[in-house]
Amino acid sequence: MVTSDRIGEPWGARTPYGRGQQWPVRVDTYLDAGVSPPDVDRWVQTASILHSNGDAMDIAVKDGRIVGVRGRGQDRVNHGRLGVKDLYGWQANASPDRLTRPLVRQDGVLVETDWDTAMDRVVGRTKELLDEQGPSAIGFYTTGQLFAEEYYTLGIVAHGGIGTNHVDGNTRLCTATAAEALKETFGCDGQPGSYTDVDHADVVALFGNNMAETQSVLWMRILDRLAGDDPPAILCVDPRLTPVARAATVHLAPRPGTNVALMNGLLHEVIAHDWVDHDYVQAHAVGYAELEARVADYPPDVVARICDVPEEQVRAGARLLGTAERLLSTVLQGFYQSHQATAAAVQVNNLHVIRGMLGRPGCGVLQMNGQPTAENTRECGADGDLPAFRNWSNDAHVKDLARVWNIDPMDIPHYSPPTHVMQMMRYIEDGSIRMMWITATNPAVSLPELRRIRSILSQERLFLVVQDLFLTETAQLADVVLPAATWGEKTGTFTNADRTVHLSEKAVDPPGDARADLDILVDFADRLGLKDKDGEPLVKWHDPESAFEAWKECTRGRPCDYTGLSYDTLRGGSGIQWPCNEEHPDGTERLYVDGRFWSDPEYCESYGRDLLTGAPLEPSEYKAMNPAGKAVLKAAEYTRPHEMPSEQYPLQLITGRTLYQFHTRTKTGRVPQLRDAAPEVWVEVSAHDADLHGVDEGDLAEVATPRGTVRARVRVSGIRSGVLFLPFHYGYWDTPGGHEPAEHGRAANELTITEWDPASKQPIFKTAAAALRRVESGDGRPSAAPTTTGSAPVRGHVPATRGGSSAAVLEDVPGSTGGGR
Amino acid sequence: MKIGLVLRELHRSESDLAHELLQVSDRHKVDHEIFYVARDLAAWSQDHVREIAQVARDYGEELDPDADGEGGVATAVRDRASELVGRLSIPGLLLLRDLREVYVKASGVSVDWEMLAQAAQGIKHTDLLDVTARCHPQTLRQVRWANGKLKESSTQVLVS
Repeated sequence: MVTSDRIGEPWGARTPYGRGQQWPVRVDTYLDAGVSPPDVDRWVQTASILHSNGDAMDIAVKDGRIVGVRGRGQDRVNHGRLGVKDLYGWQANASPDRLTRPLVRQDGVLVETDWDTAMDRVVGRTKELLDEQGPSAIGFYTTGQLFAEEYYTLGIVAHGGIGTNHVDGNTRLCTATAAEALKETFGCDGQPGSYTDVDHADVVALFGNNMAETQSVLWMRILDRLAGDDPPAILCVDPRLTPVARAATVHLAPRPGTNVALMNGLLHEVIAHDWVDHDYVQAHAVGYAELEARVADYPPDVVARICDVPEEQVRAGARLLGTAERLLSTVLQGFYQSHQATAAAVQVNNLHVIRGMLGRPGCGVLQMNGQPTAENTRECGADGDLPAFRNWSNDAHVKDLARVWNIDPMDIPHYSPPTHVMQMMRYIEDGSIRMMWITATNPAVSLPELRRIRSILSQERLFLVVQDLFLTETAQLADVVLPAATWGEKTGTFTNADRTVHLSEKAVDPPGDARADLDILVDFADRLGLKDKDGEPLVKWHDPESAFEAWKECTRGRPCDYTGLSYDTLRGGSGIQWPCNEEHPDGTERLYVDGRFWSDPEYCESYGRDLLTGAPLEPSEYKAMNPAGKAVLKAAEYTRPHEMPSEQYPLQLITGRTLYQFHTRTKTGRVPQLRDAAPEVWVEVSAHDADLHGVDEGDLAEVATPRGTVRARVRVSGIRSGVLFLPFHYGYWDTPGGHEPAEHGRAANELTITEWDPASKQPIFKTAAAALRRVESGDGRPSAAPTTTGSAPVRGHVPATRGGSSAAVLEDVPGSTGGGR
Repeated sequence: MKIGLVLRELHRSESDLAHELLQVSDRHKVDHEIFYVARDLAAWSQDHVREIAQVARDYGEELDPDADGEGGVATAVRDRASELVGRLSIPGLLLLRDLREVYVKASGVSVDWEMLAQAAQGIKHTDLLDVTARCHPQTLRQVRWANGKLKESSTQVLVS
């Protein structure tokens, strides 16, 4: 048993292991000061809700209060380890400023009320709008942080009950491209790989995935492989010098917006050296000739010029990928939130298909998720898609869903793709969406070009409902605010980025009158009187377990088959990977074994889109292209980003996250250890650019784009030249402005461009032209950015980020004899 | 042989399509996906015009390699107008009209490419056939884009 300051040492102590061996268990425990394990009354099973890794843990309860957490050693995902945000983040549940009563706007201000008053107002306005205009007046915007049961309920209420096509989740911002890229290549969403592929891979390639900060426990697994026998080589594609880049064998730092050119260059080399599994391609893929012809235009010297990466590094990276025996690739926001998002992410799939690296231990693709329950947003239909990966342009699928819901197929809107959030904002702007219900997300900080978003959401003619834990920036603009219960205060299931389903049980009561999101949605359906075609209630469940049973039925025979799972099977042991059914009672570790895909025209979730224009393929086009249900190799030409640097805006701005904060800090900003580890916004600048623009570590600088300005302290970091980085977490709820800047902007999204990938509809946060100027000297005081992560300083005397005694975590490696340190 | 005639007609229709796409882009600046993608698609048509002009020389035709683009004040005025009317419901109808126009014009260009490809095969001119093989698929993508956008936008515009 050792004690570790996990703010200062985010990944904890190493437990090395060799290739093909079992990852050792290390149980991390953090308890409130003065509480030790024997004092705990109950341990309540759950998993992480502050990132997508799905780390299993138990909540410690004492005297009806949450007093800490402990990793679950028997779980396949984390083997007992916990990430930084999980260790300390639970404290936010007990924040004194939690919402405890519903609020309604009265004479311009939000005032407390009771549930009947608040819900009657919501239901009354819904009915009015349905009478006046119909379902096209109503939109729903949800999150990646509710439970599967809640998303499924939201989906049936919105799609099946109200009949609106305007349904999306903030997964649009984090994981829409993952889903779209999988649909393009494999005809269906669903993570091909498994976290256990880390145990077997000889090369791990991370494409725009700063895993050390986004999935820190999976990164511990890689660090333990790197410390053991026969470690894997690491390829990192990232413009920043992240912890991943520091550990990499080859680090490629391309210019923002050039990922497709880089990927085409890597594929060019793989094909030119004939590192191609031709038998696999012949048997299991279509489109190879087109891909070969397309990437022929991208030899390393051309790519080196476009991406500003040394030519020999392109060759070295390609050699790693091309000669790997077992290749694991992961992809995240560096690709998903950049120019040509889907096209770039699809090229990673292409790499695995042409190398035949799928469906075997160590050979996998992980198109990662950002948020903890993003997978459920996608599979339950809360991102606008139909539930259980049904295809909205396949009438048989719509008919089947109507059977499950016992409604008429015409009641399910399927005449066009679902309306994504940026389009919903446009419809609110033009006045055709008049009611928006936002659950557990904060678009007034997280969407691009905030001045525009604030002006849209503040319109008098919009009826805005916000359901959340705190009075967020968005909630401050609402007409009705509904106080919700959160993780630890309600029961449900959720699924991580490698399809592992966990049960999360209620540990304590929510504060005041706050209610579980499921209860609020079921109440809404009841009050609205939503019925099926026999006049029975449309929503036939009233608690989490009956909702889960209904969801299971909806998944029967579909790729994400949950029918073999139950609350009982999920209780006690490890999480289980879907599909889990009679055929696979213990779940399924890897998809696409032996090149069998879900891409048959009659079964697939999507017929795909044109990667550049976003135009959906017609069913007949897809059937002609892929009649036998193979993997689809889709090629893409590189196009220049739409906003290029100019004389006025000579730099490129990318936004991103830090290990210590989550989303818009509604929880992590209220946790002392996490708040203090990254207390305020900073801007990362390379040493070269710092000199060029006359700024230094700690100086106050202004970052400007055509959309606005942000003031931040300078961190001179290892980021590539020509690029600025701003963390996007910092909004205004803890500033005098409340929901907007009082004086100077600090939210990175003041600066971002209103543009999205035409295929996945994911906004582009990582390709904007920007200018930098010094406002005032820091007088030697460094920026408060963390030193442990991608924001590590490269010059000046910057004190190391530490958590102190209040951050001491117990790390227990069974069988080892470590002492305290 | 009437290849020159087809090339002249294609040059005219492709230039016209490039112009139309740029106008649509400018008129719908507040519909950001339309704004950006229409510009990308206009660039394809401008490339096609260059290719047509180049290959047309082999057939004794002197055609302008630059599609009839525009910019400056006219564009700026339209941008501003686009922002001002962006909060009314009329722009939705304008958008449908514009997408319909793009669809019709791109379909016309597509048919012109079809005719040219047929002729090129008849006289076994592989250079000419290569040009059609490079350009025509992009024209079809332009058609599908306009069609897809129309489908996606019609319901909200027409029922709200």
